[in-house]
Amino acid sequence: MSNHNGPTLDGSIAVQLNEHYSLDVNGETREVQDAWIGESLLYVLRERLGLMGSKGACEQGECGSCSVMVGGELVCSCLVMAASAIGQPIVSIEGVAPVGSPSDVQQAFVTAGAVQCGFCTPGLIMATHNLLERSPEPTETEIREELSGNVCRCTGYGRIIDAVQQVAVARRSAVAS
Amino acid sequence: MTVLVPTSLDEALSALAGMPDALVLAGGTDAMVEVNMGHRKPIDVVSVNRVSELRSWTYDPIEATVHIGAALTYSELMQPPLADLLPALAEAARTVGSPQIRNAGTLGGNLGTCSPAGDGLPVLTALDAVVHLASTRGERSLPIREFMVGVKRTARERDELITGVTVPVLEGWQGYSKVGVRNAMVIALATACVAVDTPGRNLRLAIGSVGTTILRCDEAEQFAAAEVDFIGCVASSATVSRFGELAAAHSRPIDDHRSSAAYRRHAIGVLSSRLLRRAFPHE
Repeated sequence: MSNHNGPTLDGSIAVQLNEHYSLDVNGETREVQDAWIGESLLYVLRERLGLMGSKGACEQGECGSCSVMVGGELVCSCLVMAASAIGQPIVSIEGVAPVGSPSDVQQAFVTAGAVQCGFCTPGLIMATHNLLERSPEPTETEIREELSGNVCRCTGYGRIIDAVQQVAVARRSAVAS
Repeated sequence: MTVLVPTSLDEALSALAGMPDALVLAGGTDAMVEVNMGHRKPIDVVSVNRVSELRSWTYDPIEATVHIGAALTYSELMQPPLADLLPALAEAARTVGSPQIRNAGTLGGNLGTCSPAGDGLPVLTALDAVVHLASTRGERSLPIREFMVGVKRTARERDELITGVTVPVLEGWQGYSKVGVRNAMVIALATACVAVDTPGRNLRLAIGSVGTTILRCDEAEQFAAAEVDFIGCVASSATVSRFGELAAAHSRPIDDHRSSAAYRRHAIGVLSSRLLRRAFPHE
């Protein structure tokens, strides 16, 4: 490891990285080794850490298929320099639910027929979880605005919106009962 | 190559002083596109969005100004009470990209990139914001119209960091309008911001994407200020039309892959008239 972490005068931490660093991904400390440190978080997740759920399409923040949570914020991982995310919790689609036990949002996408080719789905699942945490009962307009950064070329979005609304209804009735 | 992630302003300024060729990385929404496409291969990087001094905003009711730290994101600009103090800036922020982009992109990054299509810039220009720069050599402040030098060119020196902006809080209607090919994820083809200073009996019009940098339309502003009724919020149809014509005449658009100059000029007229009508709804 060649991270240089040291307290400074005001107690904050300066991080200097050369070739190796570690990231907090889905609750685990993951070493990133022998990587060029200008790599995007998307590239590091997929090519260095083997987490293939986040998809790379546009690599310029326009399609949303690489959406992850960094420091509690939904962002495009292609626009995050991975090394700059050191010390912040990162959650990718692999951290949403264990394999074989889908989250309510993932299940609703399947049930509603919101998945066709599936390429946009991981990003949409991340964005939908984030939306419903901030706004448990979104209007259709709100759903469309909140998911506007996730491009789907198959579905026409109708069934995606159905899926989001199904989750909202199911969570409300779960609370009510 | 070194990536530094300072968490205090002193550390950030020392880093830049030691590596003046470093890429200053904020939200990454502009810079990482260039890196991903291979158009930019940074030698060193100073990532500034965790510098605590850049992460806050303050309101000074005596001076009637808001100081916004450079690392505030568009999402943060959209939240009250800041959005209530600077509604046009909140409106502009909402037109940026998508939630993912707004969660990452910062106002300081908008200034640093200084694209003529930058959505925050017409609002800051209409409000006569002051840009603050700092380096280990000291601090300085520039009116935004002096800070913006040209297409993606600013008055920032290589070792300087944009620390924030001071924005006057006006008493009066203000709004931002934008034309693009769709509602989300769009780079502006034409933008306009109108801000009314009711007690001062003046109004400001700034237009974007139609010049090498953001333009203030002095002639249109003076014309409208003389014609409208600030108290009754009255503007005649003739005033609204003429305001748009003067704005369009002041624009300096070009033809490019996104749009034609003629369309952009027309759009500036429409947006400016529309904003003036919203500001002065009575005929």
